[in-house]
Amino acid sequence: MVAAAADGAADLSSAAIISLTARSLGNRKLTALLTVLAIALSVMLLLGVERLRAQARASFAHTIAGTDLIVGARSGTIPLLLYSVFRIGDATNTISWDSYKAVAAHPRVAWTAPISLGDSHRGYRVVGTTTAFFEHYRYGRRQALELDRGQRFDGVFEAVIGADVARELRYRVGQTITVAHGVGEVALRAHDDKPFTVVGILRPTGTPVDRSIHVSLAAIEAIHLNWQAGAPVPGLTISPEQVAKFSLQPKEITAVLVGLTSRIATFEVQRFVNDYDREPLLAILPGATLHALWDMLGMVEQVLLAVSVLVLLVSILGMVAILLNSLNERRRELAILRSVGARPADIVMLVVGESLLLALLGIAVGLLLLYLLLLIAQPLLLSHAGLAIDITMPSGHELLLLALVVLAATLAGLIPAYRAYRYSLADGLIIRV
Amino acid sequence: MSADRQHALRIDRLAFAWAKPDARAWTLRLPHLTLPVGTRAFLHGPSGSGKSTLLGLIGGVLLPNTGRVQVLGRDLAALSTAARDRFRADHLGIIFQQFNLLPYLSVLDNALLPCRFSARRRARIAGRGCKPQHEAQRLLRRLDLSAEHWTRPVAQLSIGQQQRVAAARALLGNPALILADEPTAALDVDRQQAFLDLLLAECQRSHAALLFVSHDLRLADRFDRVWSLPQLMAPPT
Repeated sequence: MVAAAADGAADLSSAAIISLTARSLGNRKLTALLTVLAIALSVMLLLGVERLRAQARASFAHTIAGTDLIVGARSGTIPLLLYSVFRIGDATNTISWDSYKAVAAHPRVAWTAPISLGDSHRGYRVVGTTTAFFEHYRYGRRQALELDRGQRFDGVFEAVIGADVARELRYRVGQTITVAHGVGEVALRAHDDKPFTVVGILRPTGTPVDRSIHVSLAAIEAIHLNWQAGAPVPGLTISPEQVAKFSLQPKEITAVLVGLTSRIATFEVQRFVNDYDREPLLAILPGATLHALWDMLGMVEQVLLAVSVLVLLVSILGMVAILLNSLNERRRELAILRSVGARPADIVMLVVGESLLLALLGIAVGLLLLYLLLLIAQPLLLSHAGLAIDITMPSGHELLLLALVVLAATLAGLIPAYRAYRYSLADGLIIRV
Repeated sequence: MSADRQHALRIDRLAFAWAKPDARAWTLRLPHLTLPVGTRAFLHGPSGSGKSTLLGLIGGVLLPNTGRVQVLGRDLAALSTAARDRFRADHLGIIFQQFNLLPYLSVLDNALLPCRFSARRRARIAGRGCKPQHEAQRLLRRLDLSAEHWTRPVAQLSIGQQQRVAAARALLGNPALILADEPTAALDVDRQQAFLDLLLAECQRSHAALLFVSHDLRLADRFDRVWSLPQLMAPPT
């Protein structure tokens, strides 16, 4: 009977404390608002960085899909990936057409897309390839390349340009462009005797394809007909009309994208390429190498995450400082509550409840800001960076982070709560202010 | 040791020291003091004589080093901490010198505060077929605070009005003992008498004993007993 009455009293007192917490905080609107805002901004930063990291990782891993092996001259696995997929750096060596034929002829090989690099147009890489490239290159969730306008190249001096090239240089189908030897913006030897016509523009993919100019292997061969050892032969000119008289059979290429008849054959074909005895070759698995590359870049994401965690800690510490600061003014409030029957435990709950409430409000506002930012950034990122971000509900990982924020704020709230507890014991009913 | 229900307050051989107990450093020594149920006592003494400490001991937030403090026959030191807090919520009404009210609650919610913490006070009001809300309104009205004041922010009230809200809060739910710690010190002289009139009348109406601490002896003749704390205290040995 007595116990039941006591329980009833305890229940009501908890309810009383919760409503008092909210109202007491409401009485200190400005500091509460600033604290909530600080927590909200750091929560937004934490989740924003987390999201960007996840999206960048996914986008990166989706740069190339559907290709089982990439074959190039023997160098490192990451350099091969960088120049064949990301068009970063240069190949140290080429592979002969015969070696290419040998790889393509392997019974387990379903398709090949040869790539020949080394030329550029106003800073954009020119990729010599075959129509197999358009046929078989996949990115993202196994999406194929699609033409926005025009068609694939057919003739020798025809080019298909990526979406970024078209947008940034304002090129349209029918535009005439010249290709320069080597890569870079200035002081290059131009193949200006043999201009190309843009026949197709690709849709944006968010991959390096957007920043590439695709021509046929024959075209690469043709613009170098009158060249030897990286420079034009003096006095020798071959006009585009005369090109047809020459054999445009390539003698060497830079790399090959390879698709297999079955994934099970991957290691068999990889071994075949790596053991090829006529020429030192290297075959890499794009997925595995992408992950290895990402892990190398992982430092950056760790630093970003660490910075946002630190920002969050700073805002929680700020909250503790504000709560501690307000306690001195609130000693009277605590004594009044004690005089009407609040227990020291209630006083602790009142203060911890405050930090909990501030953290929850901060998280709510932070999420709101994050989604607002995502909504604004989504179209901009897609059109400017080709980065497609999905606006999804918080992931399990993000919810875990938020739970940790709540936990950290509650634990931090114990510091002022302990102080308040000490006050309420020492002050009792006597208010010395 | 039968429970002494005759006395709202009974103190025997009390000794209390803030610091480590040392025979010469007793803050407070009180050989004997009783306050019968329903009576009104006036306690005076100079600043620093230990009046506030005594109130803390009666309120159960301080415990004596030796001796006994009984409120309504209950030895406060024999109760657990939680039970003491509950006992205070149930049986004591406390009025401070000033700043009695929580600034973020309305006048009515301030007056209703004890009912949030004490089931016993709620039960007493319910026993008279009344709701806490209405009982608080009745008390506020009797203490000369009409309905237009109830929803006003506390900061807009005069000090006298605030003290009357504090009195209503202390009296709500009929606690047996009201402790008032210089409640008139912040009031003008003419307002002091008016406040005292209302407080005494309401204590009488609810049969509550009143321990009124003040250093203003002009108010003393309205009380059943007048105590001087220095005289009550035993001379140091």
